[in-house]
Amino acid sequence: MQAWRIDVLVRPEHHDPMGRSALRALRTAGVEGITDVRSRRGYLLAAELPEAQVRSFARAVLCDPVIDQFVVHAPECTAQEPLPGTHMVAVVPRAGVTDPVAHSVQKALADMGLPAVAAGTYKGFDVQGTTDGPRLLQAARRALANDVVQDVLLDALPAGLPVAAARTDLAVHPIPLAHLDTAGLEKLSKDGGLALDGVEMTVIQKHFQALGRAPTRMELETLAQTWSEHCKHKTLTGNVRFEGRLIENLLKSTIARVTHTLNRDFCVSVFVDNAGIVKFDDEHSVCIKVETHNRPSAIEPFGGAGTGVGGVIRDVLGTGLGARPIANTDVFCFAPPDLTPAQLPQGCMHPLSLLKGVVSGVRDYGNPMGIPTVNGSVHFDENFVGNPLVYVGNVGILPTARAHKQARTGDVILALGGRTGRDGIHGATFSSLELHTDSEKVSSGAVQIGDPITERKAMDAVMRLCDEDLFTAITDCGAGGFSSAVGEMSEGLGAVVELGDAPLKYAGLSPWEVWISEAQERMVLAVPEAKLARALQVCREEACEAFVLGRFTADNRLVVKFQGAVHADLDLHFLHKGLPSRVRDAVYVAPQLSEPALPAETDLAGALRAVMSDYGVCSKEWIVRQYDHEVQAASAGKPLCGVKEDGPADAAVLAPKLGSRRGVLLANGLNPRYSRIDPAAMAECALDEAMRNIVAAGGDPDYTVVLDNYCWGNTRDPQALGELVRATEALCDLALQYRTPFVSGKDSLHNEFRAGDRTIRIPGCILVTAMSIVPDIARTLTTDCKRPGSLLVLVGATKDELGGSVYYKTKGQLGRNAPRVDKQSAHATLRAVHRAIGARAVLSAHDLSEGGLGAAAVEMAIGGKLGVTLDLQKVVAPAGLRPERLLFSESQSRFLLEVPPDRLADLAANLAGVPYAVVGEVTKAPNVVIRNGGAPLCAVPVADLEAAWKRPLDLDQTLVAGGAK
Amino acid sequence: MSSPKVLILRAPGINCERETHFAFQRAGGAPDYLHIQQLLAKPDALDGYRVLAVPGGFSYGDDISSGRVLAQEMKSRLGDRVLRFVERGGLVLGICNGFQVLVRLGLLPCTQNRLEEEVTLTHNLSNHYECRWVTLRTQKSRCVFLPAGLTLRWPAAHGEGRLVARDAAMQKRLLEDGYAVALYVDEHGKPTEQYPANPNGAPLGMAGLTNHSGRVLGVMPHPDRSFLPTHMPDWRRTMLDRGSLPEDGDGMVVFREMVRVAKAES
Repeated sequence: MQAWRIDVLVRPEHHDPMGRSALRALRTAGVEGITDVRSRRGYLLAAELPEAQVRSFARAVLCDPVIDQFVVHAPECTAQEPLPGTHMVAVVPRAGVTDPVAHSVQKALADMGLPAVAAGTYKGFDVQGTTDGPRLLQAARRALANDVVQDVLLDALPAGLPVAAARTDLAVHPIPLAHLDTAGLEKLSKDGGLALDGVEMTVIQKHFQALGRAPTRMELETLAQTWSEHCKHKTLTGNVRFEGRLIENLLKSTIARVTHTLNRDFCVSVFVDNAGIVKFDDEHSVCIKVETHNRPSAIEPFGGAGTGVGGVIRDVLGTGLGARPIANTDVFCFAPPDLTPAQLPQGCMHPLSLLKGVVSGVRDYGNPMGIPTVNGSVHFDENFVGNPLVYVGNVGILPTARAHKQARTGDVILALGGRTGRDGIHGATFSSLELHTDSEKVSSGAVQIGDPITERKAMDAVMRLCDEDLFTAITDCGAGGFSSAVGEMSEGLGAVVELGDAPLKYAGLSPWEVWISEAQERMVLAVPEAKLARALQVCREEACEAFVLGRFTADNRLVVKFQGAVHADLDLHFLHKGLPSRVRDAVYVAPQLSEPALPAETDLAGALRAVMSDYGVCSKEWIVRQYDHEVQAASAGKPLCGVKEDGPADAAVLAPKLGSRRGVLLANGLNPRYSRIDPAAMAECALDEAMRNIVAAGGDPDYTVVLDNYCWGNTRDPQALGELVRATEALCDLALQYRTPFVSGKDSLHNEFRAGDRTIRIPGCILVTAMSIVPDIARTLTTDCKRPGSLLVLVGATKDELGGSVYYKTKGQLGRNAPRVDKQSAHATLRAVHRAIGARAVLSAHDLSEGGLGAAAVEMAIGGKLGVTLDLQKVVAPAGLRPERLLFSESQSRFLLEVPPDRLADLAANLAGVPYAVVGEVTKAPNVVIRNGGAPLCAVPVADLEAAWKRPLDLDQTLVAGGAK
Repeated sequence: MSSPKVLILRAPGINCERETHFAFQRAGGAPDYLHIQQLLAKPDALDGYRVLAVPGGFSYGDDISSGRVLAQEMKSRLGDRVLRFVERGGLVLGICNGFQVLVRLGLLPCTQNRLEEEVTLTHNLSNHYECRWVTLRTQKSRCVFLPAGLTLRWPAAHGEGRLVARDAAMQKRLLEDGYAVALYVDEHGKPTEQYPANPNGAPLGMAGLTNHSGRVLGVMPHPDRSFLPTHMPDWRRTMLDRGSLPEDGDGMVVFREMVRVAKAES
């Protein structure tokens, strides 16, 4: 479609940060000869709008009259002659990719009383200097765009607005299966992207044989979505043969059993809803959910991470009878950011590009939603190349009286929020396959771009529908779209759906596509007939689109129609219970590893500097500051703390009810590297770390709940499954000791990347997220040292446990002695430290994790802008451990506490029975001084270590250094 | 004396309405939410209020530029009603995105008492969003409620907060003529253009503006996220040093003073 093209430019006398940032990106990508880049914000308006109106609209709305100017290109103008010595790069969204700005342009046209013609946007860059055009184009595809979702043009204007394909195939499409053998069924599944195996396909074949008909395309798609690993967790809910035992329903007999055995009274709703619900006070509960969005993020990190955030927010919004989201948390795993191009397998994005894309994706979804991102962590391991992990979590608050939902026969199915497009078709089944070199090409349909304001409108509408009690059940549209949402809600009831009224983003969708589309920002509600008119009115007032999708029935059938024609008629019992239960074999063979024979450390200061600047340990301030952690005004413990707000916090502290001091603490634990040695160690340490973080910040270990989020390799391999079972059993044993129930969890399996004949499998990871309720946030702590003269008390025993440690990593070693948790004493330690904090014997506290005692002490000093001394001889440890081992061992269940000298007796009383020692003190002189008895082994200025700690991921500085103007 | 009525404007993407509502309530005001759709349907509703607050957020996604679409909607559909609201003695507060909306609307700095864009709030020099606590020093200004000479710590959280006038002369005039109400200052209390004390690179360190009559206040950093003592970033150290927490956080002064003046004038 022909269109006017309007370029808006910052006038030359003003700064152009977008152009400058493009300049850095191109230089970092290795393009030489560029002297400057200036940016253009481009808009497309359909040619039917008269030129005078185009100009007045550009002047009034598109252009900032204070600093901008604009150029209008007529629709018939095809070529753009760049200025001499300049190349022009245009970045244009591909057809079908969500372009939220275009909708706002149309709204602004209408507000001005102009016709709301079709509109679009693009970005432009005038690249000055003697640069080779084709080289520039190639670099721009990565540095300025992502060619999965954007076209990049060199010295040309976008041709016009995309015209949606008019092809609409409304036929029902029966798919005959009866004649196929297993190989034929498997081929059908593979060609159709259904991700069902031969056994599952055979069950479907038999079901329809008995009915005497072929399944329709929509029925097959519905079964594939519902039975996908993503939706059904068939591995974790399956049966496993392991070490001579048959474990029936792995999840039920491990994770869920812990929760049911403990039977804690603060658990309001667990494992039945979108999120786990926990009692907050007499009136309210809080709920929490953590998800992964790994596959989409590997291909399109910005859209993938953003829609991950959007998805988990909808999970919470759809919990109980609607919860108000109050906090985001996110945890990422990448390959090391300093990977050389030669180390990067074909088809992978560079980890630094992934990191930047993921961070901006979380930022540009979470911030506009008005939900603070308060907690997170980032981890690095070579095997995350090609398959990064993106965990996103959300916490919500709701009245406890509204914690349970039940749709009723006769209720109207109301869908609200965003429109349906072709985005994300086959997302659920895609996430159940492994990634490979060509994933970018074949799977781009599974990538979605978010539109947070549409979701915000949906959230505002749902909150008002809650206030007026206008619905009986609610859920989000996630993987599988309408098919999963309606399928789940109608279980035990039945439903009749009419898809013909669904508002679409563009024409051309087939009925089955509307049904399984994973277009974002949509919620599904059950609304009693009598409340429908009011519900629709509320949605209109909140500018949120809503329509009637169908009605709940009583015949336990899921009937889906399009303009009256029946496209699916499924028995809900078969849909939900027909998936055959499987038995998988699991084995565990421990890897052959040994401890490295390292010479005694001769440069302790250098070793400390190296540990502090490890990517896993170093400051994440560049990331943290891009997230809004203050919105909603609930923040009482920020991600960065101390006199200059740059010390790392152990847990986020929120007071979600304004005016009340009752609080929620949020923390997490994960260490993928231990998994390379022993998945059981990884699992235990994740739980212990999450609990330590909570306790160090002042949380009560006995009023804490946890979530388990698995990311694993291909569990069809018995060894991978064996590792998973081993990790799970270790995790559950420890959770029973701690009396911490699991309230929610999720798994993402098949996290592997196939590069040619090489398969790169991620280290098995369980992220443990912990949430604790505190009666008064005034009793919570931060990690920064408060007062010179305080004593530093190390709680817990230090062992020779450097396997998988950061210290070994800085020496290029893995080792064998991964830390294990002492189940007999660990719970007592958590409780004792909590008691000591309650007795006000502690001014600041920090848990010991990656980098051990050394990293913890330095971080406390950085936060407080004070010095610390440590005498390693005082540390409770086996005799003969060398100083560097005492300093960098990553033994679990340890804390470093700052204690006023006059409170030491109180501390001692509360720590009875737990190993601890006074190991140093806080000093006014800002140095880190370490001795082992005798004379100092090293004395390093804190500022020196702070610089080493801050530099590695300060990406603005890194980029400036790489390409200063 | 009754509590002055405060209109808390809602709109798609505005997301700080709850904390702004609570802060006005805590200061003794009587806040109501009103959605822009409702206000457009009944513009006279504005006349029932003493204070209009435009909270922070991402109105209409900050598409095109921050605050642009909401400002355009208000300009097209409400004309100069907001200007008349101020002339009749109303007070207006715009925080962050609300400030951006008021600037695009032409209500700030409004040196000529007509709705015209005289300054802009544009992209931070870092070219990205940033959330960090800043220190402000309030200036001797036209503002009828915000006292001069205060040193305040508020959190800034924005991607488009660089306050730029058409030219350097105009930028200077904003300061000299009492339009610039608050400046970013460094650790010595001096106005600064240096990152990170000035998070966006605004010339002369400008963080907030008032209008010619001093009845409208726009600020980029958030008083609505710093009004409780436990909002402050280092409140534990304060508690340790003082033995207790103060009554208010640094942002509370805005709400207290607006409510006080509105009460005194009614």
